[in-house]
Amino acid sequence: MSLLEIKNLHVEVEGKKILNGLSLTVNKGQVAAIMGPNGSGKSTLAYVLAGKPGYQVTEGDVLLDGVSILELSPDVRAAKGVFLAFQYPVEVPGVATMTFLRTALNAQRKTRGEGELSTPEFMKLVRDTSAKLGVGQEMLRRAVNVGFSGGEKKRNEILQMAILKPRLAVLDETDSGLDIDALQIVAEGVNRLRSPERSMIVITHYQRLLNFIVPDVVHVLAKGRVVKTGGKELALELEAKGYAEFVGEAA
Amino acid sequence: MNVELRPVKTKAEQALSAAYTAARATLPGKGAVAELREDAFRNFETRGLPHRRVEQWKYTDLRVLLRDSYPLATPPDAAAKARAKNASQVLTGVDCRRLVFVDGAFAPELSDLAPEAGLAIGSMADALANTGSMGDALVAAHVGKTYPTEDVGVALNTALMGDGAVIRIAAGVTPRRPIHLIFAAGSDTPGSAFVRSLIVIENGAKATIIESHDGGDSQINSALELVVGDDTQVDYVKITQGRALHVGSLLATVGARAKFNSFAFTGDAALVRNQNFIRFAGEGTKAAIRGVSLLRGREHVDNTLLIEHAAPHCESREQFRAVLDGESHAVFQGKIVVEPHAQKTDAKMLTRALLLSDTAEADNKPELEIFADDVVCGHGATAGALDPGLKFYLMSRGISEKESEALLIEAFIDETIEEIAHEGIRDALKFAALKWLGTRS
Repeated sequence: MSLLEIKNLHVEVEGKKILNGLSLTVNKGQVAAIMGPNGSGKSTLAYVLAGKPGYQVTEGDVLLDGVSILELSPDVRAAKGVFLAFQYPVEVPGVATMTFLRTALNAQRKTRGEGELSTPEFMKLVRDTSAKLGVGQEMLRRAVNVGFSGGEKKRNEILQMAILKPRLAVLDETDSGLDIDALQIVAEGVNRLRSPERSMIVITHYQRLLNFIVPDVVHVLAKGRVVKTGGKELALELEAKGYAEFVGEAA
Repeated sequence: MNVELRPVKTKAEQALSAAYTAARATLPGKGAVAELREDAFRNFETRGLPHRRVEQWKYTDLRVLLRDSYPLATPPDAAAKARAKNASQVLTGVDCRRLVFVDGAFAPELSDLAPEAGLAIGSMADALANTGSMGDALVAAHVGKTYPTEDVGVALNTALMGDGAVIRIAAGVTPRRPIHLIFAAGSDTPGSAFVRSLIVIENGAKATIIESHDGGDSQINSALELVVGDDTQVDYVKITQGRALHVGSLLATVGARAKFNSFAFTGDAALVRNQNFIRFAGEGTKAAIRGVSLLRGREHVDNTLLIEHAAPHCESREQFRAVLDGESHAVFQGKIVVEPHAQKTDAKMLTRALLLSDTAEADNKPELEIFADDVVCGHGATAGALDPGLKFYLMSRGISEKESEALLIEAFIDETIEEIAHEGIRDALKFAALKWLGTRS
């Protein structure tokens, strides 16, 4: 049963064509890795799914549960269960991480017609979740990502994901800028969230991350579309051979 | 020889001259006070209202903005006082000693005058006329001398000063509660009021002073002379709201090893010029001059600073932020002067404007004038819209566009309000800012 269907997606950014007829299906509970060389459109795909302004869809569609989400604003998509873990999480000065988490969770619940979580319920949820990710109380009191190290920022993304419990999580180069220890913590956090009810798109340039988050399927993106699909062994193949084959083929 | 041509007097200038000439005989104070008024009036007569070619008033052209000068406000009657009674809702929850002024006149019956050791409170009109309980010694020693300036806004105040507060906090004394000067509008006919206050905080004293203005439709020219002694700790907060045309001047001199903090909160105010003349006259003082302005519609708020480091080893932080919507106009002019002997001065000025509409305008003009060679001074100024990257980040987590904007604006404002030491005032101003955000269309 498919959760996400991307059909012949064409996307331009500032008049420049980035996605060029991309088609892709992600089933419920599936973890799909998307690999590809720099400039193949990986991050563009992540942003288009989340609804970032400035990404012009000129053709094609993106369906969640069979319904197009392209006309929906980012917050409505989030309430429908779309979550993007940013490659470069932004710093939000003056907004405490705790306030941010609570505002986001309650906003989503409100949009979905659920009641707000009480303060004790929310505190317990954050306490339990953050402890597992090694996110301390001190970090939660600080402004979102301000003064956080690269590893802390990525852990904060996974913390948000764990609290918001999306149905479709898009992880955009979550491994970039992480050392092996930090990578392990983040990957464990992601693995704990694997569930038959949750699909994930794991975008990465390197195979390394996929040793920790083992995908069900690997798609190779080049020149704005999927050029090859295979099992997890495809990642190892790419690691050995590089992307040269695909770059040439698509050109 | 160049002769500066003075254009024909504007209607407002004529009205101000006429008001002074008519009131001269009845304004409080004779002798030295009358001479002080006369000198100030001559200054005004020579220069006229400040306009855009006067550097310090470049962005607030009073000659254009003040189309007409209203008649001097009459003493408030019972009805006016009743209307003024509920003034200053912003700090309702904060336990303060309230001193209320209605249409510029002291209203003792609305004020909290319970005696407190080391704290003397009186009316400026009484003190000028030498009939008050304080006598005129304090006034004679300080009024017009705290920070001498040729500024015409101040000159008009001096020429026409009516009433205000005279407060003395004795050496080593810490009043139990913040002192809140409330300037409220009572009359339903708009008038003009020239209020002048003097607060002397003697060595080693600690005080929190709040000055709030909600002047109805009137024209307010307010000046506060603040004499801050050595080893003091002073927190001064000014809150300005309302439809009035408000010209406010802080004239302050700060002694040695003092901790001096000022904060100007301006929200939903039609036209405000807050000018701060502050002189650090003693060594080792640490000061923070801060402010937040929230503007919309066609509002205009001008915060102008002249900070003089006149003694070595002082540290000052100047931090002003403005949030602008609609066609509003915010001005920040900050000039820090470091005198030749004021070595080891450490001054940092930062002003930021957040523009929420394409038609709002922010003018930032930081200036440093340094005559000493061993100092650390810096300034920065930014003006810009909400960061779309930040907004997208918040929205991608499920927060609506409007709420994301409100959260980011609130954060921008709170970062400065957060610096206010008094918890009650801090929370009240945060709440006032939230209220402002809540009514944003």
